Amino acid sequence: MLSALLVMAGLAILIGAALGFAALKFKVEGDPLVDKIDAILPQTQCGQCGFPGCKPYATAMANGEADINCCPPGGEDGIRKLADLLGREFKPLNAENGVEKPKSVAFIDEQTCIGCTLCLQACPVDAISGAAKQMHTIIAPLCTGCELCLAPCPVDCITMKPVEETVDTWKWRYPAFQLKPVAARTAA
Amino acid sequence: MNALRKLFTFNGGVKPATNKAESSRDPIVRLDQLPLPPQFVVPLHQSVGGIPQPLVTAGERVLKGQRIGGSDGNFSSAIHAPTSGTVIAVEPRVMAHTSGLTMLSVVIEPDGKDEWVEIQPLDWRSMDANAVRDWLRDAGVVGLGGAVFPSHMKLMAGRKTPMKTLVINGAECEPFITCDDLLMRERADKIIAGIRIMRELLGAPEVLIGIEDNKPEAIATMTAACTANADATIQTIAVPTRYPAGGAKQLIRVLTGIEVPHGQRSTDYGVQCFNVGTAYAIHEAIDLGHPLISRMVTIAGNVGQPRNYEVLFGTPMDFIVRQAGWKDDTNAFIMGGPMMGFRMPAFDVPVIKATNCIIAASPRLFAPPPPEMPCIRCGECARACPTDLQPFEMYWHSRAKNFGKVQEYNLFDCIECGCCSYVCPSHIPLVDYYRFSKTEIWARERQKNAADEARVRFEQRNERAEREKREKAEKLAARTAAARAASAAPAATTADSPTAPEAPAPTPAGDDGKKALIEAAIARAKAKKAEAAGTEGEAPVVEKPVRKVLSEEEKKALIDAALERAKTKKQAAAEKPVTEE
Repeated sequence: MLSALLVMAGLAILIGAALGFAALKFKVEGDPLVDKIDAILPQTQCGQCGFPGCKPYATAMANGEADINCCPPGGEDGIRKLADLLGREFKPLNAENGVEKPKSVAFIDEQTCIGCTLCLQACPVDAISGAAKQMHTIIAPLCTGCELCLAPCPVDCITMKPVEETVDTWKWRYPAFQLKPVAARTAA
Repeated sequence: MNALRKLFTFNGGVKPATNKAESSRDPIVRLDQLPLPPQFVVPLHQSVGGIPQPLVTAGERVLKGQRIGGSDGNFSSAIHAPTSGTVIAVEPRVMAHTSGLTMLSVVIEPDGKDEWVEIQPLDWRSMDANAVRDWLRDAGVVGLGGAVFPSHMKLMAGRKTPMKTLVINGAECEPFITCDDLLMRERADKIIAGIRIMRELLGAPEVLIGIEDNKPEAIATMTAACTANADATIQTIAVPTRYPAGGAKQLIRVLTGIEVPHGQRSTDYGVQCFNVGTAYAIHEAIDLGHPLISRMVTIAGNVGQPRNYEVLFGTPMDFIVRQAGWKDDTNAFIMGGPMMGFRMPAFDVPVIKATNCIIAASPRLFAPPPPEMPCIRCGECARACPTDLQPFEMYWHSRAKNFGKVQEYNLFDCIECGCCSYVCPSHIPLVDYYRFSKTEIWARERQKNAADEARVRFEQRNERAEREKREKAEKLAARTAAARAASAAPAATTADSPTAPEAPAPTPAGDDGKKALIEAAIARAKAKKAEAAGTEGEAPVVEKPVRKVLSEEEKKALIDAALERAKTKKQAAAEKPVTEE
């Protein structure tokens, strides 16, 4: 009787010690879930979700404080991936946060630009080059299309231009059977 | 010798009607037998790799063979003028691509003189192999079997394995296409000359020329050319006719028995494969100094006389099809064969380096496909697949847009040969689904990479902002410490050195200390203002606080003025076109 108790207690202590050691030894820094969510988000840092960037939104989602349908640049596709990752139900994009738009990049009308550097400060990814009283220009391949530079511009010289397809980025269309549109019947 | 050689087989494959007899009856129409088209449109991007940069501008006169597009880095290939004439424009034109999108092209109006640029053959035997490769890159030589991969990149032996076998692909398995067949019949010696150069560059002891056994004339001429060269290491081998025996991996399997595994290259196994047309182009580029400006093209399908033509790149497709006899019910062109070809967006798209065949399609020749029926999972496609994939699984997941799963089924090993679509009893356009999945996966990868780069830049930017803030705070702390020391010095009348700034910055000093600090700051600002008013400015660091002291109204006035200026500029720009109209 006593020996059995001792054996069980000894085992418990041993296993407890092993687990404690493992917890210290293999400690994971940071929250891996946040990084996983952050990897799905489009990194525009646009703030349309109501959080100051993609990482804060990811953190909020990981803590269950935010819904998964608040990211317009990620679109429906992004929501699906988030739903898969977090085991939640798919929801259509929340219209309050904005609508899904085709990928665009900003364009500065260099004739109008006064060189105030306000857009430079607003750009979260350093995609605008320029200096005070010097003309600014967008480095198009780096632009994420977050539109954060539009509002601060005092002379409204920045516009969004959709990215055009090229032979290299062209995508084969989904080969679904095409329904032919039939002209709507008139009242007569 | 051939009879003794053991051949291997690949799984799957199909045997469609070859339709090769019509176009292989007559010899190739040579360049000098053809009139020049009224205009050449030469796209700058005709091969795999970087987009060549235009080297000419509108209005410039170019000579035949002059380089008009310089290769963009080593993984790219140059582009040359097909004839002498004037460059009318360098602008985007519709490309020979299913999408119907445009590509920067050089438009040349020929002057009819067909005047060559100064050309000279390359003495390749006395040259370094890398110099020969650079020469081929600048001569624009790419794989002419259809993949248009820059040849100089392929003419390198693998790092680990020494080269054993050079496979020359003359199988030409796709229906309708006979350009390689005719090239082998008529220019066998030149192909052999090209093969010798390639063998030397690769250091391959053995060369196997694989030709499907439905081309007896080509086999005979190539064998004769091999014996005439008295070179026992180059052998012509007839392979059984079965589509796609001309796929690089399939032909390597049949000739050498080596099956190149997923994710590896044939050079890892000491084998490299080239098309016969590429061998011919290499001979032309090195022994004659002619850059790649033309190729053999089979014109077949709904035309009066199907035949092979030597066509200059940039020739409009309809121009060359008209030479073979235009038929009015032609409704589209297909570039490539009926199994792997692409429908062209227009009739006047230019012939490019990848154009091995133009099939004029008509509703009679290619009836619209029957409606797609549900997959019954019969497994015919898996039996026909030459790369041993499971097409029905890939179809299922592609249809559901489940791209991760499609990749698990090795979508990227699919060579898009079309055998699965050919045998499908439900008439499902399977290859279209795979192409859709492939381009979609590539697009997502691009997006993912862009997002990762954006994240890195965002983090770096935040770090920089933080660092700047910290540095500013430190500087301020140092300055306040110095000022306090300076103000404390006269008060306490200690003659000790006050210049050394103390480390502790904003210590909770008493009210007197704070007041003294503020006074000192105001005094400093005043002094600076007076200095700035008197003499010219100082160091830029000192200038900033002076600006801040400038009255708010002045600042506002400045901004307003700038705004006004911009507005008037904008208005002027907006009004201009209206007044012009």
